[in-house]
Amino acid sequence: MAEKLVGQRLKRTEDPRLIKGLAHYVDDIRLPDTLHAVFVRSIYAHARIKSVDVSAASKAPGVVAVYTGKDVSQKIGPVPCAAALPDLKVPDHRVLATSKVYFVGHPIAVVVAHDKYAAKDAADLIQVDYEELPVALDEEKAAQGGPVIHEQFGTNISYKLTAGEGDIEAALKSADKVIKQRILHRRLAPIAMEGRGVLARYYPGEQELTLWTSTQIPHLARTQVALMLGIPENKLRLIAPEVGGGFGSKLNVYAEEALLGWIAMQTGKPIKWIEGRRENIQATIHGRGQTGYIEIGFKKDGTITGFRYNVFADMGAYHQLLTPAIPTLTGLMLSGCYKIPAIQINVTGVFTNKMSTDAYRGAGRPEATFVIERAMDLVAADLGMDVVELRRKNFPAPSEFPFKTATGLFYDSGNYEGALKKALDMASYSKLREEQKQARKEGRLMGVGVSTYVEICAIGPSAATPAGGWESATVRVEPTGKVTILTGCSPHGQGEETSFAQIAADELGVDVNDVAVIHGDTAIVQYGIGTFGSRGLAVGGSAVYLALQKVKEKANKIAAHLLECDAQKVSFKDGKFSCSGKDGKQVTIQEVALTAYVAKNIPPDMEPGLAAIHFFEPKNFTFPFGTHIAVVELDRETGEIHFKRYVAVDDCGNVINPMLVDGQVQGGIVQSLGQALYEEVVYDEQGQLVSGTFMDYALPKASMVPWLELDRTETPTNVNPMGVKGVGEAGTIGATPAIVAAIVDALAPYGVRHIDMPIKPEHIWRIINQKKAGAA
Amino acid sequence: MKKTIHVSVNGVSHQSEVEPRMLLVHYLRDALNLTGTHIGCETSLCGACTVLVDGQAVKSCTLLAVQADGSKVTTIEGFTADGKLHPVQQGFWEHHGLQCGYCTPGMIVAAAQLLERNPDPTEEEIRHGLEGNLCRCTGYQHIVQAVQCAARKMKSKTAVPA
Repeated sequence: MAEKLVGQRLKRTEDPRLIKGLAHYVDDIRLPDTLHAVFVRSIYAHARIKSVDVSAASKAPGVVAVYTGKDVSQKIGPVPCAAALPDLKVPDHRVLATSKVYFVGHPIAVVVAHDKYAAKDAADLIQVDYEELPVALDEEKAAQGGPVIHEQFGTNISYKLTAGEGDIEAALKSADKVIKQRILHRRLAPIAMEGRGVLARYYPGEQELTLWTSTQIPHLARTQVALMLGIPENKLRLIAPEVGGGFGSKLNVYAEEALLGWIAMQTGKPIKWIEGRRENIQATIHGRGQTGYIEIGFKKDGTITGFRYNVFADMGAYHQLLTPAIPTLTGLMLSGCYKIPAIQINVTGVFTNKMSTDAYRGAGRPEATFVIERAMDLVAADLGMDVVELRRKNFPAPSEFPFKTATGLFYDSGNYEGALKKALDMASYSKLREEQKQARKEGRLMGVGVSTYVEICAIGPSAATPAGGWESATVRVEPTGKVTILTGCSPHGQGEETSFAQIAADELGVDVNDVAVIHGDTAIVQYGIGTFGSRGLAVGGSAVYLALQKVKEKANKIAAHLLECDAQKVSFKDGKFSCSGKDGKQVTIQEVALTAYVAKNIPPDMEPGLAAIHFFEPKNFTFPFGTHIAVVELDRETGEIHFKRYVAVDDCGNVINPMLVDGQVQGGIVQSLGQALYEEVVYDEQGQLVSGTFMDYALPKASMVPWLELDRTETPTNVNPMGVKGVGEAGTIGATPAIVAAIVDALAPYGVRHIDMPIKPEHIWRIINQKKAGAA
Repeated sequence: MKKTIHVSVNGVSHQSEVEPRMLLVHYLRDALNLTGTHIGCETSLCGACTVLVDGQAVKSCTLLAVQADGSKVTTIEGFTADGKLHPVQQGFWEHHGLQCGYCTPGMIVAAAQLLERNPDPTEEEIRHGLEGNLCRCTGYQHIVQAVQCAARKMKSKTAVPA
């Protein structure tokens, strides 16, 4: 029997074009006579626009047109927000600012010219006369008063929401002790290495607009942009070509996408806009941005009785696609992997004079995991209990699954102890604690941080998702026997062209190189949802798997016909059908495919062709989990953080391609490390973005990252047919608390219980030196 | 006022009229249509635009095309000029050293330069040597393994057809 490909570390089929520099990202697509767009963006965080003088720019060499908010605001519909929450205030979000600007980077005008240098020159000639207004920046203060951003609302509060089950007041009252802590989740920039970019072309004869855009959601974006432009959805072809990373930042519909389409329709010429990095940090969504207060109640024996999270969530100036929904995901995951009878979240969503927040890898769940994990450490420290023991005490046992949380979820499957034990063994945990004792005797600052996390993936059942949570796949076996898969789940680095082909090759018994996975073009691929929320394999892959079953079922009937065999007696192995009792007679899947299309010898009443479509609706989310352990030593003189070990055991259910899983975990951990130690979008007191380039926004470099020791446990889910859970966000969820806990643990001799991220050497140095000074 | 430059790119000679302010990366991408070289930050911090100019890895987003006059430039497209994958490209493929692929051309060029200078680098030397190239997807570990793999291949001088 041919070796199964599922489970193998197969090299990616998408790689040859990428490593040769022959792939086509938006900016690599060349159309004749393409015009170039450059935006003029607000230099103030909050200001009234008194006038915009475009006269000089309009006359500049090479300029074709200049548009301002006045020209387009009534012609293009508002930038959409898909989140539906009770009493949600949604500001009217036009593609260009009209009377006011609300954040640095807010687009005011767009210059269209024959080349990008000319467009840039002309953009510099546009004179915007501003009247500066006072700013609202801190989400907690802005909720309580001060300058109001959207005057029509009379408040900066966008919504308030309370969720959770159990009697939280009673639970906290019945506790032996309640610990409170303020915790900040600073704003982060997702930073896909390819920024956003749009190329638009309009054919007036066909009345067809084609939009190439760097997006994670081609179909959803097509629907929304068509609505914004008032054109029929079936006259807009949206193509996500090669997409250079997303991390949630391209799970959105942006002003520029609709505006470029509109300009192409006005000028009749192709037009391209490629976001610069400064623009990207100013005007592509940010992630996180919460100021929270935790209260955790517990018994003397370590039993957790209740957990409350009161949070001010920074929305930014506008609601992008999912902005207000992100903190609700935080609320869902507050139980972590613990049995907590009462949980409550109180969210206050607050407008600020900053770019919108939205989904950044993990999208609300890293915040939840961070606060519950920090809370567990605070409890352990208070009780003088080992952090591992406290966690074990509150885990549900594997027999308790599906496990219901007080946040209203049913965790599908889990073996938290299994992953924990494996990680502890890998790290030699008890030896580490011995080593730490010795280190402390020697005056060295060594710390061990443990995070046991669970996350919510495979988003998600449609009932719990704003725009449908299913995914689609078409499988075609072509007349020559080559297999074409059309997936609605358009990837941007996850490797679905390979993992989906592995599944198809196994199911159909064909060579993996005979499988082509096509995605991202709404004119070719049936409607789909997209790639986000660790759903690619668990939802998109399940759709592929089930479409394959339909194809096999039909192929089986054709084979039975050809073999003159009862369909029940046909067996299929390694791409060949045979009939039990008729030894030696075989027919291949390729022969079946040709027969299906030639259609002269298929069963009567059967449709010709060999293809199937499946829309997969998951019945629940999936809940991957794991344990991350960070070991650090701090430099007393400089406050520098040195990683001694980093161990992670993740459980994402069954694994299709372990190499891709490792890649996802490693990348996620390093983004977590960036959040824990380096990254922060900083606005100054006037709302100026001061971390607007890579000089100021510190991404982790290769030299800043330790060797990651990874392993897995595999606890399948029954939510989908392959038992896979999803792994895209595990690293950004599991790692941050482990890293912070390790540093806090190293500083425990100074009485430190919590430090807010990003933790910089300066903070550590101050702790060491202030305490020194205090003691002296 | 345009200037005439003579540049050899991936072994092909070009004579071009360029604006003095045109960046080398724009010249390569827009004038020569070699779009494998990417732009990631425009401030020479991310390394997506790394190419070889006279054998030296440079960030082509902060070099003017006129500064490359008379030079030999190698872009990622030139790494497979003989129809075979460069050992560094093989290493990246075998060890999953890329996900979205956007930083990859620059990363491969920088890694090739690193191995030319130090054919047997330690993990630390690889990490240090690639500090000028940012990757947001991989977390770098597979890139380190890709470069180690390439180092082994270059020692044994194997190559496979592209």
